Amino acid sequence: MKYIALIYSDPAAAPAFTSPEFGAFMASYQTANERYAKDGVLVIGEALKSTSTATTLRVRGGKAETMNGPFVESKEQLGGFYVFDCENLDEALKYAALIPAAQHGAVEVRPIEDYGR
Amino acid sequence: MTSGVDEAAIRNAIAALMRDDGGRLLSGLVANLGDFQLSQDSLQDALESALVHWTRNGLPTTPGAWLMQTARRKALDRLRRDANFRAKAPQIALVEQIIRADDNIAEDDAISDDRLRLIFTCCHPSLDAMTSVALTLRSVAGLTTPEIARAFIVSNDAMAQRLVRARHKIAQAKIPFEVPQPDAMAERLDAVLAVIYLIFTEGHSANDGQLFRADLCEEAIRLAAILANLLPDQPEIEGLAALMLLHAARTGTRLTKAGEMVSLEDQDRSGWDRERIAQGLKLVQQALARKAVGPYQLQASIAALHAESPTFMQTDWAQIALLYQGLFAFRPNPVFELNRIVAISYSQGADIAMMTLDALAQPLAGYQPYHAVRADILSRLGDRAAACLSYQRAIGLSSSEAEKRFLQRRFRETMK
Repeated sequence: MKYIALIYSDPAAAPAFTSPEFGAFMASYQTANERYAKDGVLVIGEALKSTSTATTLRVRGGKAETMNGPFVESKEQLGGFYVFDCENLDEALKYAALIPAAQHGAVEVRPIEDYGR
Repeated sequence: MTSGVDEAAIRNAIAALMRDDGGRLLSGLVANLGDFQLSQDSLQDALESALVHWTRNGLPTTPGAWLMQTARRKALDRLRRDANFRAKAPQIALVEQIIRADDNIAEDDAISDDRLRLIFTCCHPSLDAMTSVALTLRSVAGLTTPEIARAFIVSNDAMAQRLVRARHKIAQAKIPFEVPQPDAMAERLDAVLAVIYLIFTEGHSANDGQLFRADLCEEAIRLAAILANLLPDQPEIEGLAALMLLHAARTGTRLTKAGEMVSLEDQDRSGWDRERIAQGLKLVQQALARKAVGPYQLQASIAALHAESPTFMQTDWAQIALLYQGLFAFRPNPVFELNRIVAISYSQGADIAMMTLDALAQPLAGYQPYHAVRADILSRLGDRAAACLSYQRAIGLSSSEAEKRFLQRRFRETMK
């Protein structure tokens, strides 16, 4: 069963690029990624550029309407995601707990729909 | 043939069987079928068959095993009727195999006890607390959906929907049907105990003669006993069971006939249920002897000191203050601090208690008992005007009629 872990956090709450904590923060991503690879659960994992680069699109009456910014404005932004292939929710939650951003933000874990592929 | 079996008698027998054995039957089915909703539906089908067959032929020798086997056959019917039945072929084959194997044993013993797995599934932290409460009462305690709806004062449809949504989430998100790994055990057990205690407090807070809600206390006690039996040697389970028994022992003395709350000080101690107190005390001692203290054991120890004391004034308040301090260390909750201050007011004096009370004014500003405690301490210090103001605040915040009547009487007595 595949689960997506959507990482939401306030960019201001994460260790800044210039801070001494930044190195350790990135190293803990490395540790998590190595664990995912070793256990063979990682399908894909990506970080997203900041929401200031986002464009939201709607097609209404056949016409595309584009807008600057994310679909939902909030302090906590979608900053990245992982897709895990796990036996069950407990396993997925165990791996999601290793995502460093979970310590200051939140990770939403959801099963991915399987249309019998 | 003796066709004299009364349908009403069979209905009662089925209801009793479900109360005693429903959780075991359902969890056995979930283990066989791997599908919560299908298990619940098939068990319901089997109960309907049982009513027809047993009224005609009398009770079978092993009703539990009969229900289990019938439910599995009903599940097969449901699986074969499924539009998507080709995809279900492996599941169908597996269930057929289980039915064949069980035909050769057909004893109650053949139903494996998977209730522990069921309890952990129902109380999974990814479900919200109220949903876990409802699901546990339905699946483990064997209450019917209308019974649970009545206890929580919601419509039958709303409760049924909540249960269906929960089973849907269990299936879709694949919440596992298993006992958690040792590294996750403590945390997950906490979640289970919180659900059981929530069931109890829902029943215990039913002051207004809502009988059915009071039954929730009995269900919570029964669930804790089942859990303690399935997971022996866990002192926090024993602690919770003891805590609930000791509170329940006082239920009969908590209200006057006119429906006014009676404070612990004024309760008729001869009306406390001594048998329950003895059971509770034994459990506390058993738990504490395991040398792994936790919040439920501490709360049970406090309840035990109250239960053992011959009068209110002879209570070991110094010990109670220490126990609340210990509780606060586990869970820094200002309510525990408030209770510690009450104990201090009796062990060291109202003046000393008053000095520490102000620190709680802000965190507990909207909490009725804070104002009631403050009023009581102020009136004991002779400051009647300030006490009256605090009683008024408490009355304004109270949501229970029984409690309001009690506070209003105290207010009038202070005014005099």
